[in-house]
Amino acid sequence: MKYSLLILAAPYSTQSVGTALRFCKAAIASQHQIERVFFYHDGVNCGNLLSSPPSDEVDLPEEWRQLATENNIDLVLCVASALRRGILDSKEATRYDKPSANTQAPFEISGLGQLIDACQQSDRMITFAA
Amino acid sequence: MTNDSEKKILIICRRPPYGNSLAREALEVTLAASAFDQDISILFTGDGVFQLLKDQSSDSIASKNHLKLLAAFPLYDIEQLFVDRHSLDERKLSEHNCCLPIQLIDDASCRTFLRQFNSVLSF
Repeated sequence: MKYSLLILAAPYSTQSVGTALRFCKAAIASQHQIERVFFYHDGVNCGNLLSSPPSDEVDLPEEWRQLATENNIDLVLCVASALRRGILDSKEATRYDKPSANTQAPFEISGLGQLIDACQQSDRMITFAA
Repeated sequence: MTNDSEKKILIICRRPPYGNSLAREALEVTLAASAFDQDISILFTGDGVFQLLKDQSSDSIASKNHLKLLAAFPLYDIEQLFVDRHSLDERKLSEHNCCLPIQLIDDASCRTFLRQFNSVLSF
């Protein structure tokens, strides 16, 4: 089955993002496909590559980066949510004249159309709540 | 014209209109889905039923008025609005307090109701 995820929760603040990662790994181990992970609301913070947790904690943005790269999963950060929360790639940082960017591929900043497209392309949508 | 293989999407709104951006964000997904010609429905349940109340004024908390967003629904042909009856009753509200025409869902019909949708997004 093809799954896509909607992630609303911020990394670290609750268990939700960790659970979403474990869900993806379990699904892949059971021969399912994870098509797209759409980060919305506080979920966009998962794309913050400046995140620097202590070495004895899971690096959630890095886990997503590795999972996506190894399994060809789209990671999409909703542009409106990302801009509000200060998650910018180099294009947006230039556009808004900000001193730096803090996200890059495989995280892609895009619009709600990608979420709607995921609903169309996937067999199941799973929301990981805030 | 509807495509036979077109999926039915349901947005579930559980949050009140103010105090958390999820209410607005859920409606923005609904509007986007409609703009992409999707078969979109929305269920207001729990504190989500407060989103539909008439006569909202949000100036004093410097928030955009939620009713303005809901006012776009008829313009986008979003008409499949459902409300959990039990949530209204618990809050001493009725469909007459709602700013848009809605259909009531009760506990007995809820499971059948949810089963018709291919994708459910929960806010």
